[in-house]
Amino acid sequence: MAERGFQVARLPGFATTAVLVFIALYLPIFTLVAYSFNASQSVAVWGGFSFGWYEKAWANTQVKEATVRSLIIAVSASGIATTVAALAALGTTRRARFKGQTAIYVMINQPLMVPEIVTAVALLIFFAQIKVATGYQGLGYLILAHSAFCIPFAYLPIRARLEGMDLSLETAAADLYASSWQTFRHVTLPLLLPGIIAGAMLAFVISLDDVVITEFVKSGGQDTLPTYMLGQLRRQLTPEINAISTGLLALTVVLLTAFFLLTRKKE
Amino acid sequence: MNAVNAVEARNTVKAFGQGDSAVRALDDVSVEIRKGEFFTLLGPSGCGKTTLLRLIAGFEMPTSGSILLEGQDITHLPPNRRPVNTVFQSYALFPHLTVAQNIGFGLTMQGRPAREVKETTDRMLALVKLEAMAGRKTSQLSGGQQQRVALARALAPQPKVLLLDEPLSALDLKLRKEMQIELKRLQTETGITFVFVTHDQEEALTMSDRIGVMSAGKLQQVGSAKDIYTRPVNRFVASFIGETNFLPATTVPGGVRLATGDVIELADQAGRSGAVTVTIRPEQLRLCDPAEAGALAATVRTLVYFGTDTHCHLELADGTEVVARLQSPADGEAGLAQGQRVGLRPVPGAARVVED
Ligand SMILES: Nc1ncnc2c1ncn2[C@@H]1O[C@H](COP(=O)(O)OP(=O)(O)OP(=O)(O)O)[C@@H](O)[C@H]1O
Ligand SMILES: [Mg+2]
Repeated sequence: MAERGFQVARLPGFATTAVLVFIALYLPIFTLVAYSFNASQSVAVWGGFSFGWYEKAWANTQVKEATVRSLIIAVSASGIATTVAALAALGTTRRARFKGQTAIYVMINQPLMVPEIVTAVALLIFFAQIKVATGYQGLGYLILAHSAFCIPFAYLPIRARLEGMDLSLETAAADLYASSWQTFRHVTLPLLLPGIIAGAMLAFVISLDDVVITEFVKSGGQDTLPTYMLGQLRRQLTPEINAISTGLLALTVVLLTAFFLLTRKKE
Repeated sequence: MNAVNAVEARNTVKAFGQGDSAVRALDDVSVEIRKGEFFTLLGPSGCGKTTLLRLIAGFEMPTSGSILLEGQDITHLPPNRRPVNTVFQSYALFPHLTVAQNIGFGLTMQGRPAREVKETTDRMLALVKLEAMAGRKTSQLSGGQQQRVALARALAPQPKVLLLDEPLSALDLKLRKEMQIELKRLQTETGITFVFVTHDQEEALTMSDRIGVMSAGKLQQVGSAKDIYTRPVNRFVASFIGETNFLPATTVPGGVRLATGDVIELADQAGRSGAVTVTIRPEQLRLCDPAEAGALAATVRTLVYFGTDTHCHLELADGTEVVARLQSPADGEAGLAQGQRVGLRPVPGAARVVED
């Protein structure tokens, strides 16, 4: 056989290590899902199969309210973040390199780099002042905070899509009598759409999942699903948590699968 | 023919970059392209052909000078307001649209009624023989088919001028020959002015009504294929189009004296005197008896057989190398041997003085 150079897959113990890593990744999740069907009160001792915890969670008004709140925040925040991210991506890629471009990339991606707890504390203090000044206590703070940290997640797939796009298509559209708005509407936007949808879904999942910033920014009675679950852990632990987690997991898996299908290279 | 030109560039300069690093892609280019002609811009890579096309299309603004379309100054008109369309080298077909939608794009953007868009699209599909492909995505087409879609798309809005930037360079040789004929047919059928860019001299010679030869951002010569081949104005044009021999010489009354001392009669000295360069095409040199009066003495160096012709590399008395293209005799034997002394005689009128 011909010399192939260094191949990780040929190292001794590669297969065993790989299997162990996958077990470490997925076993806890399997356990979580399995115990959501536990008939007993325990999250650790199996007592037979049942849908009881799902029924219980479904009937729990606190869970329902937190779910609705989570969805409102995630939809609004991912919408805002995706719009801002798409504009930022259009502004930073469809042109010759300019001075300060890297600085702008870093600034857009700031939420990926600054520790979340720092942002959370900063927002807590900042919003506290605004709350005092305006008296407004609504979900707006959470939506704004989520929008901000979702921007880089929406920005990256959109920018990737734009960078792979042939600039000559827009030149061709202009050559064929399209105004700049028509060019955007009929050429840029349709070609960008998979990137925008992917960005929006990623932002949605990230928002849905957030605990740290939400915990700091929320006012009383503004629990989202993750912060509600965190609160439950402090009281008593039942497989109801498993059922809620499994529901959240299912939603995330669906969205991430769609994300993967959309960003995969076509043709 | 109408006196107004389809396209005119007047003293156009296009510089990229600033200060010392500035590149003059076009250096004071003036050209008049007539209505309905097949005009080719020919030149080596980087000579500014694409830049001139982009100025005509409106993708770039000239640094100075102006562009006229049918006598109107369009220098500052954006591309979407110019009745000029481009066939891009990369085709630049819209991947999210079907073949028919691609072809109808220009008309749709102009806000033409749907009926008219459909009729014109169908006519264009027929013109490029792609009726069966109307509903396909462009990625499902072969290179030659994509090429035709690009052509149909650019022709559909019936532009005053069609610009083609090396449209055939991505095709293989056989398809290229077919498309050359096809392009010529489309140009004749539509009567639209074509401005065609290529760096392939054979393509330029066979397709064009007139050719503009460019080098280093300057237009060197404009003329028919025959003009340019038989009466090149300078050394660059003479060597870029076809093969040729250059001989150093000095002017004498009624002719030139070569470095070998031989005198060649010349009607036209291109208004020059003193040291000049003379060019003679290889097919315009004949071999003769060395003793014949007026023959240049030469020694055969190498013979290269090309089927119908044989290229005979010779050395003149002063050491200058020249090539003569001889018709191969029926038996394939030129009857020449290396080192043989022969006489060389240019066909009358073949020798020309060119600028360096
Ligand atoms: N946008 C640009 N920025 C800087 N320099 C440029 C730009 N476009 C062209 N040039 C320079 O201008 C010169 C002419 O370029 P142009 O593309 O017109 O050449 P061309 O004749 O079309 O060559 P080719 O046959 O390789 O396509 C080149 O030296 C090129 O590097
Ligand atoms: Mg070019």
